[in-house]
Amino acid sequence: MGIELQNITKKFTDYTALDNISLNIASGELIALLGPSGCGKTTLLRIIAGLESADSGKIILEGKDTTNLPPREKNVGFVFQHYALFRRLNVYENVAFGLKVLPRSKRPSKSEIKDRVEHLLKLVQMEWALKRYPSQLSGGQRQRVALARALAVNPRVLLLDEPFSALDAKVRQELRRWLRKLHDEIHVTSIFVTHDQEEALELADRIVVINKGKIEQQGTPQEVYDHPANAFVYNFLGNVNVFHGRVHEGMVTLGGHSVDAPDELKNSAEKTSQTFVRPHEIGISKIRSEGNDLEGTIREIRLLGGQIGLNIECEGFDQPIDAEIPRELYLNLQLKKGDRVFVTFNKVKVFACDYEI
Amino acid sequence: MSTPLLSQGTPPVVRKKISDPLPVRILLIGLTLLFFIGFVFLPLGLVFAQAFQKGWDFYLEAIREPYTIEAVKLTLTTVAIVVPLNAFFGVTAAWAITKFSFPGKAALKTLLDLPFAVSPVIAGLIFVLLLGSRTPFGSWLGEQGIKIIFSTPGIIIATLFVTFPFVARELIPLMEAQGRDEEEAALTLGAKGWQIFGKITLPNIRWGLLYGMILCSARAIGEFGAVSVVSGHIRGQTNTIPLHVEILYSEYNFTASFAVASLLVFLALTTVIVKAVMENRFQKNSSQH
Repeated sequence: MGIELQNITKKFTDYTALDNISLNIASGELIALLGPSGCGKTTLLRIIAGLESADSGKIILEGKDTTNLPPREKNVGFVFQHYALFRRLNVYENVAFGLKVLPRSKRPSKSEIKDRVEHLLKLVQMEWALKRYPSQLSGGQRQRVALARALAVNPRVLLLDEPFSALDAKVRQELRRWLRKLHDEIHVTSIFVTHDQEEALELADRIVVINKGKIEQQGTPQEVYDHPANAFVYNFLGNVNVFHGRVHEGMVTLGGHSVDAPDELKNSAEKTSQTFVRPHEIGISKIRSEGNDLEGTIREIRLLGGQIGLNIECEGFDQPIDAEIPRELYLNLQLKKGDRVFVTFNKVKVFACDYEI
Repeated sequence: MSTPLLSQGTPPVVRKKISDPLPVRILLIGLTLLFFIGFVFLPLGLVFAQAFQKGWDFYLEAIREPYTIEAVKLTLTTVAIVVPLNAFFGVTAAWAITKFSFPGKAALKTLLDLPFAVSPVIAGLIFVLLLGSRTPFGSWLGEQGIKIIFSTPGIIIATLFVTFPFVARELIPLMEAQGRDEEEAALTLGAKGWQIFGKITLPNIRWGLLYGMILCSARAIGEFGAVSVVSGHIRGQTNTIPLHVEILYSEYNFTASFAVASLLVFLALTTVIVKAVMENRFQKNSSQH
């Protein structure tokens, strides 16, 4: 087992950052800790690195209990959100730092250090920048140097705190794919923290969704995206329409409309519910095909890259519905603002609210 | 491997400066200049005019006079001891305040300014009251043959007190702005405390530190009030340059007094120039993050 976290709890004076978190991560896995800002994910990462201490709980890295070790003995690689490169040292010295501070008995020879640093810089495609200083590098380049520096000490695990948040969109995407590829090459157990669901879905082997100091769900990106465990996860993973309604005799009301209730709610007593429909799981047509179709008016049309976003007002719904359709369909239907269209929910997820409003 | 990753950051945007109307600028610049001429250039010029009133030979003689040389030596000794000590204390205080959180931190930060707020005369008196020969501690020290007040150690202690804040005040904002990230990174990479300080923290603060030390030197050279109280004005023994100037002046030996004063002006100008050069480097260095 790569990383075992057992019952980690951390309280600050006015709130609980982590509430009894337990998590197992296999060797070589790449894990995303996903959650809104302030959910405790960065605190958890800092606790694993030893930069902060947990109030209770255990941290086991590669079979070794490191809970009470000082950070310099934990042997974790940490990549900081703003890289934290040593501004007075050049790229070579930055990467070599972790090797040069080793006690003499463990320190590799000068030429070994040089070989290792050059190898790592080649790995992150920064071998041309040996003599540069951090201030002379772009954000993406700094990020890669920070990664090489963290890998230099052969860390048991690699921790990345919001690794791409300070980069612009294009570089972020490039670096994301590159990091995935790099991980497939070197297989070091890695955890990265992010609030960006897209990043987590694309990059991670497994996603751990955290909210208010608790794990809401963990699973592969596919599992988490297709089968969100609860309303929070559904809401957090991507855009979604939320309809508040009631479960009544096996049906769920959505505004003036109703759909079949999910099996587990078929026989339940009447209660309030939340229904989720993702924008791309909504069908649009100009002709009524089934009796169940919902009629609405297009209020807004937005270009979203390859997709077209529609904002549709339907009778009986207190808020407009967001739909996303392929560009081709949009062109075929010749949709305009103010058009009447029929809306189908292709996939609907209902969660009962356990509390009464 | 082909690499599409090397996208460079966008160049910095040059903004056009918004300026005040011309008459306002002329007025403000004019007033500043006038003030400078009246309060800085003119008096400084007079110091040199007075100093050379009786000619170059007299000037040299006044400066070569043994008591003057002793005063210069004492002042330089004081600076040589005070500045390194306060650099050390300043770094320690700034480190403690910016890198750790502990109860009473805000109070400590405020108290750092105390030596600036207290009148130097009072600062001197504090040490007379604490270490003078009539106090229990002072008389005990006297029995051990250690004399502090009215001798060199007293001057050094009073100067230490007065110049304590310079380095710390220079470093605290700098270290606060730099944050703890680099130190934390070094920590996760396995560095020990002294390695982190020597390889990361010290290089990051060195310009600020030097700058603080220059300010500290300038003040240590020029300090009059606190030193005056603890020195005892013994010629050739406990007279620093400012005290010597004052003695010569009160003896109506104006030309000699101004000649020695011109030494102080010279030292002050040197520190100001060094400071300006440093400031330039300092800004250049801290702007490249």
